[in-house]
Parts: sequence; C-alpha cells; structure tokens
Amino acid sequence: MTEAMTHLERLEAESIHILREVVAECERPVMLYSVGKDSAVMLHLARKAFYPSPPPFPLLHVDTTWKFKAMYELRDRMARESGMDLLVYQNPEAKEKGINPFDHGPLHTDMWKTEGLKQALDKYGFDAAFGGARRDEEKSRAKERIFSFRTATHSWDPKNQRPELWNLYNARKHKGESIRIFPISNWTELDIWQYIQLNDIPIVPLYFSAKRPTVERDGLLLMVDDDRFPLAPGEVPVERSIRFRTLGCYPLTGAVESEAATLSEVIQEMLLTTTSERQGRAIDKDAGDASMEKKKKEGYF
Amino acid sequence: MADGYEYEADALISEDIDAYLKTQREKELLRFITCGSVDDGKSTLIGRLLYDSKMIFEDQLAALEADSKRVGTQGQNIDFALLVDGLAAEREQGITIDVAYRFFSTPKRKFIVADTPGHEQYTRNMVTGASTADLAVILIDARKGVLTQTRRHSYLAHLIGIRNIVLAINKMDLVDYDQQVFDRILLSYRAFANEIGITQFTAIPMSGINGDNITTKSERTPWYDGPTLIEHLETVPIDVATDRSRPFRMPVQWVNRPNLDFRGFSGLVSGGEIKPGDAIRVLPSGKTSTVARIVTLGGDLDQAVAGQSITLTFADEIDCSRGDVISISDAPPQVADQFESTIVWLAEADMLPGRPYWLKLGTQTVTASVQPPKYQVDVNSMEHLAAKTLSLNAIGVANLSTDRPLVFEPYADSRTLGGFILIDKMSNATVAAGMLHFSLRRSQNVHWQATDTTREKRAELKHQKAAVLWLTGLSGAGKSTIANIVEKKLTAMGHHTFLLDGDNVRHGLNKDLGFTEADRVENIRRVGEVARLMTDAGLIVITAFISPFQAERDMVRAMMEPGEFLEVHVHTSLAEAERRDVKGLYKKARAGELKNFTGIDSPYEAPENPELLIDTSKNSAEQAADLIIERLLGKA
Repeated sequence: MTEAMTHLERLEAESIHILREVVAECERPVMLYSVGKDSAVMLHLARKAFYPSPPPFPLLHVDTTWKFKAMYELRDRMARESGMDLLVYQNPEAKEKGINPFDHGPLHTDMWKTEGLKQALDKYGFDAAFGGARRDEEKSRAKERIFSFRTATHSWDPKNQRPELWNLYNARKHKGESIRIFPISNWTELDIWQYIQLNDIPIVPLYFSAKRPTVERDGLLLMVDDDRFPLAPGEVPVERSIRFRTLGCYPLTGAVESEAATLSEVIQEMLLTTTSERQGRAIDKDAGDASMEKKKKEGYF
Repeated sequence: MADGYEYEADALISEDIDAYLKTQREKELLRFITCGSVDDGKSTLIGRLLYDSKMIFEDQLAALEADSKRVGTQGQNIDFALLVDGLAAEREQGITIDVAYRFFSTPKRKFIVADTPGHEQYTRNMVTGASTADLAVILIDARKGVLTQTRRHSYLAHLIGIRNIVLAINKMDLVDYDQQVFDRILLSYRAFANEIGITQFTAIPMSGINGDNITTKSERTPWYDGPTLIEHLETVPIDVATDRSRPFRMPVQWVNRPNLDFRGFSGLVSGGEIKPGDAIRVLPSGKTSTVARIVTLGGDLDQAVAGQSITLTFADEIDCSRGDVISISDAPPQVADQFESTIVWLAEADMLPGRPYWLKLGTQTVTASVQPPKYQVDVNSMEHLAAKTLSLNAIGVANLSTDRPLVFEPYADSRTLGGFILIDKMSNATVAAGMLHFSLRRSQNVHWQATDTTREKRAELKHQKAAVLWLTGLSGAGKSTIANIVEKKLTAMGHHTFLLDGDNVRHGLNKDLGFTEADRVENIRRVGEVARLMTDAGLIVITAFISPFQAERDMVRAMMEPGEFLEVHVHTSLAEAERRDVKGLYKKARAGELKNFTGIDSPYEAPENPELLIDTSKNSAEQAADLIIERLLGKA
C-alpha cells in the first residue's frame, strides 16, 4: 500500500475502531438491525472488525410486524451467515391492541418502534446499542455524538452531550444508563452505496426496480406487500416498475417509479435525483421542524 | 431567483456511471473546522460550500427558501445559515451552540466539516471539533479585522496541533473588495501569528453571501492571485500521510480469541507501517516477538500503515492485552507515570488538584491526579496567569501523575499517544482534554527506596496488623469523641495506635489550607499520605475527618494495602447534628459567617459501601467504639 488511503478506507477504519472500543468497554452491547442498506454496511463492518471471530454481540430487530416480506427474508439469512444471534422484539402491548399504520397514524411508530426499542433494551439489559444512523441524514443527527449517552429512561439531552475528542470515547455510565453508538456517523448516502458495491454486500432486492403491485395514497406510491393492505371497494393494485430508496414499514414507505435494476443504475439515479433521501418517509414530517430531535429526546433511535 | 439555484449534476454521471464511480472511489478525505465569531458568516459559508458542491436537494432548497422568508436574516434572499443551524433551541436563538458535522465533496476530495461556535463560553466545542481536524478555517469579518476571538481561535487551533490554517477574510463585499483592507488585516494577523508560533497560513479574501473566491475566482478581487478556498482545500497536504513516516505503533483495543489456535491483537495503527516478519515490542512489558500475520476478512495483508484498523498475530506466545502498545522493536515509545501537560477544562465544576480522575489515553485507562496548575493561559492575551485551579473553558499547564505507568509520546509527535481525556469518577462526565508534553525526569530517576525492614516486620513486632480506621461524617456527629474512646481501648489492649484528628491537623500540617473544595481535597490527600507512612510503621491509625467527598475517601483507600482501610460512617441526621452544635459552627454557617460548611452550603457524600455504619441516634459513643474494635479485630 503505497498511495494514500481513500476516503472509504478511512471511514471503514474509523467505524471498525468504534465497534471494537464498544466491545472492549461495554458489558452487554447489541446491534440494532433494521435490514436497510445502512444496517447492511454496519453489519459488514462488524464482521470485518472481529474476524475471524463472529461479532461478539447479538442482532436486535425491533419489529413492527409491518415490514416488507423481503426484509424478513434477508434478516434471517444474514443472521445465519454472520453466525450471530438474532433477537426479534415485538411490543406486546402494540400487538395486543392491534396497532397498525392504517388506523393509528403516528401512534404506530411510537408504540412499535420507540416504545418497542426501550422495552427490548430494558428486557435484555443491553448497556450499549449500535445504530446505523448517519449525520448527513437529518439536522439533529449532525450534532449527535458517536457515543450518544441516554439516561435510565432512554432520553437524549442535546444540551448536555459529552465532548468527544480525537478518537477517545468515554463509555462510562451508571447502572441503568445506556449508550447508543453510531459507527457510521461520518458516512454519506453515496459512501454507503459505493461501499456496498465495492464489497458486494447483500441488500434487500426492493432497492432494485421490478414490477410490483402498487396503489397511491396521499401522494405516496405504496406497495401492496400482503393482504392486510385495505383496498377501497373496487380498487385494484396497479403493476408498476418501482423501487425503494429507503425501507421501513411497507404501508408507510413510498416507492419511486424507476427502471434502475443494478447497483450502478441505482447510484446513478440517486446522484441525478433532485430530492433528499428521507422524503419517502412520513416520519420526519410529523411535527414540523424539530420532529426528529423531539423523537430522539423521547427515546427514538 | 429560483432559476439561479437549480441542481446540476456532473455530466459523467449520466454518460458513464461506472467511470464516474471509479473516480469517486479514489478520493481522499480532508477534515477541517470552521471558526469565527457569531456574526462572521460561518454558517453562511458552510451553507454556501454545501450549495456550491451540489449537496442540497430540491426539496431542501424549497424548504430553505420558505424558511429564509419566514425566519431568515437575509430579507428575500436565501439564508444559507438556516441549512446548518440544526437544533430547535439554536434556531430560536439564531446561533449555533454545539459542534455539528457536515459533509460535501468535490471531484478531488471528500470533506468533513466540524462547524464550531464562536462565543466565549464554548471553547470546549472548538477544541472538540479541532481534535480530529487536518485544517482550520478562521473567519474574519473584513469590517472588523483581527478581533480577540480571532486570536483565541488561532491559539486553540495551534494548541491542538493543526498545521494548516486558512484565514478567510470574509464579507469583502461590505468593504468594496478593497485590497488595502485585506492587506491591513493580513499584516496585523501575521504579527500575531508569529507571536504564538504559527509560521504558515493562507489568507483568502472572500464573500460567503456572494460566493467570491469560494469555488470560483472572483472578478471583483483582481488584485488577489492566490487559490480559491476550494482549490486550497483540494490540494493542501493531509496529516495522515506524515503519521506513516513515524515508527510503528498500535494501541491494542481487543484481543481476538475465537478458538485455542488463534490469538490476534486488534487495533488502529497510529503511526508507521508494519509487515509480517517485522520485529515488534509490546509496551509497557518490553516483551518482543515478530509479526506472523496481518489478518483481515478479505485475506491476509502484506503490509499495514497508519490509519488502518487491523488484527496482528505474533510468532511467539507473549502477554499482550488491551491497553498495551505494540511498537516496532528498535524504536519503542516511552513509559512514565509523571508528566507535564496542557489541560483544557471542559466541565462546569472546577478542577480539583489532587482528586483522582480516570485518564484515558489511546486504549489505556488509569487513575491520575493533577497538581495545581503552574499557570493558566489567558486565551485572549496569551498571558500566563497564576491559578490555583482550572474552571470551565480554562486552559492551563500542570503536572500530573498516574497510578500506573503510561505508554506515551509527546502530543507534538502523536495525537493518539499524547492526547488524553479526564473523566470524573462519580459523574462519569468527560471533564477535561489534555496533551502530554514530556515525562518529568523525576519519574525516570527517583525510585522508591527499598528498605530492609519491611512493613510486615514492623507490625509483627507490635503483634498487630496495620490498619486505618477512617471515621467520616457530618460535623458534630461524634467522630472525635468516638475516635478518642477507640484509641483508649486499643491502647489498653496493648495495641500501638495513632489518632489523627481533623482540628489538630489543621493547626499544623495543614494550616495553610482553607475550606474550598480544592483545599479540602488537598487536606485529605495529605492526611492519607501521613496515614500511609504510619501504616508502614505498623500502626493502627484512627482518623476523624468530615471528609465529605467519596472520591477522596476512595483515593486514600487506594493508597493502602487491600483490606487495610476501614471506612466507618458515623451517621447523624443533619437536624440532630445541628441541634447538638457543640462548637457553635452550624449557627455561624446558617448566619452566613462560615462559608463552605458541610451540610449547609457544601455537600456531604455519604459512603456508598462503608465497612461499618454507625447510627449515633441508636448507639452511644461507648457502644460505637466497641463496634469499631470488633470490626477491626475480627478483621485482623
């Protein structure tokens, strides 16, 4: 290696360093695995960081029961291939009440994801949780530390963050407190795609264009992924050539019409597109300007 | 207006995406910080960089246009600052209050920008942002010239070791792009820079609002023939490259043991390069071996260099664990336990000289205590001021000592092996950042004098085991009374004892100390040291001090042999102690005549796990003494 390290090599080295620090300094780490492309990269980095050992922590999927089928398939496959334990947590209260995105609006995200995550972390006693958030995604993320400290009630205090100098991370905490760690904080969407391409990392096929059954709702193009989708009387899903730029619960995730069927084409489309990534997701818009910051203070990842 | 802001992509993206992606893979990464005062146009500059490098999408732009009209400060024009002011609180205040990280790239490099605030109370944020930066952009408002804040930002950037400084003389549009204004500022900055040791910097006249000399050369500054800001950022040498020319070092983060046949050492290479077959030395043990393999998921490597995260295996089975540093065999780093350092205090609570803090350096965590500062630096005038402690945002030079030897290099040689943080043991907060200058010769040359008569022998002669009975509790709890009875009883039993009493010690050994938090810490430290010498002499030491802070009691405990220190909490409710008020001190404190009085305006931290808890509302002093002796002799 005689030439300078590329930006991807430096980002990779930084992320691996972070993953190892957490394993060395925390008692019970866990990796939050959402099955999206950022999770895919984070999991790959973990496998690299600890090779030839499997990553010494489990994967946790905080499930809403409303993810795309293809996501559940990839999730189970990746757990097998990585040799890691997969924990799936579904908020029992949300399950019992039948909370769903069609009838319950923002309560759906709140109960399944925010509450579900807190319950899962408490249940297993995890003191450190890796998340695949990036600072370029959203304004409040841009100011969040890599080691993001949470109180015993999982809340985040943006005014009282620990200073983070050099690559020295302070993982000390009292009993009951926990840390969220974002190993890919400094990656951009383009970095993620390039890294997936260079390392041949498996991702959910929904990122690639295909003919899929769709309906339009409130300006979003939604995929009818199973028969729980309530159709209007006489409504018939339309086959469209679509793909997803971001993945979540299928009734909340808008598709884009696209012909991009390879990774290069997906990246090309991403670079030529004129809207930012999260626009397909309803979540940021809930409460105006400070929506994500508010959610994070309440304990959302 | 919207026409001028349309998103345009590189032509190659649509023509040949694979060719384009190949160019994107070979980019380098440059990290820089921007610093400026509140109105220097820093956020506007960053917004402009993001905008000009096509990092802003249509939807963001539409939102930005709407926000600009609603809350912007630029009238009907786009307020780029709104792009980067993230948190709700700062939007309301219209200022940036924390470090934010931004990303953009040009055809040559990817950039990570740490956006750091300029007001006085936030030195800590700037130091944080600067610690990972290769370059600093220091903004100056052309109308105002070099200000106190400019000096402060330059000093901090230089202190953190940033070698590339860009002086962005901004708002040139407001001084009619006048060369004389630019030259005057340049001259005055150069004089200041020389004073503090900045030998090189690049000055660029610009306007963030209008985009002059940011990505394209401005026609309005024909007299300027230097690079635009982006040109400079794309070509300036990156520090990582210089780390590679240094001797090999890798702090061990984690030992990788998937099975009995594999033992690898994982870490981030902080300096130099390494190949299989190279002779290495593990510090601090000094054990040597050779590198067998450099293991990665993608296959073994022939070589690894500074900046890479790797896993090494050795040819021999030698001890090596987290905190050790693997070095090239013939040029190892130093090992020491006393240092001179520069410390930047980051916490609301003042530094307490003598108090033990966690010190984290690389992957090593040790206990350290800092001596009173030799001086504090006035970041505005660069003057050295006398100081007894350091407060939030203060920077000082002080000696520190660690309880175990540290593998280190001077900060000027290695950010990884010379930069550290201090962590408060009670709150777990990161309270300081520091940089080691050098080890004090003392720790290399002065060794503990080994004596032939051992402490065990001295105690044996007295037919006892040495111990410290540490009585802690509120003033008026009855510590001195109980301690006195304990000593009388032990002496009657033929034991050799010594009673150290708070009031008595303050008449002699500690008569130079007052009752501030810092002085109270020092008071206890000295008493601890004296008690330790007495246990070396084989004595049973009884102490009666309020000793209100857990950290100091733990410090004394750590000085003693395991099991030798017995913490006795003499408990009385504040109401009861105040009712007794034997010395009339509570009355004075309530009247405001006595400051820093424990229980009134200074906290008492009750022991978390004392060896013995005595409730004086249930036990008489006589009974309490018996309980203590029972605990001691049961132990002995």
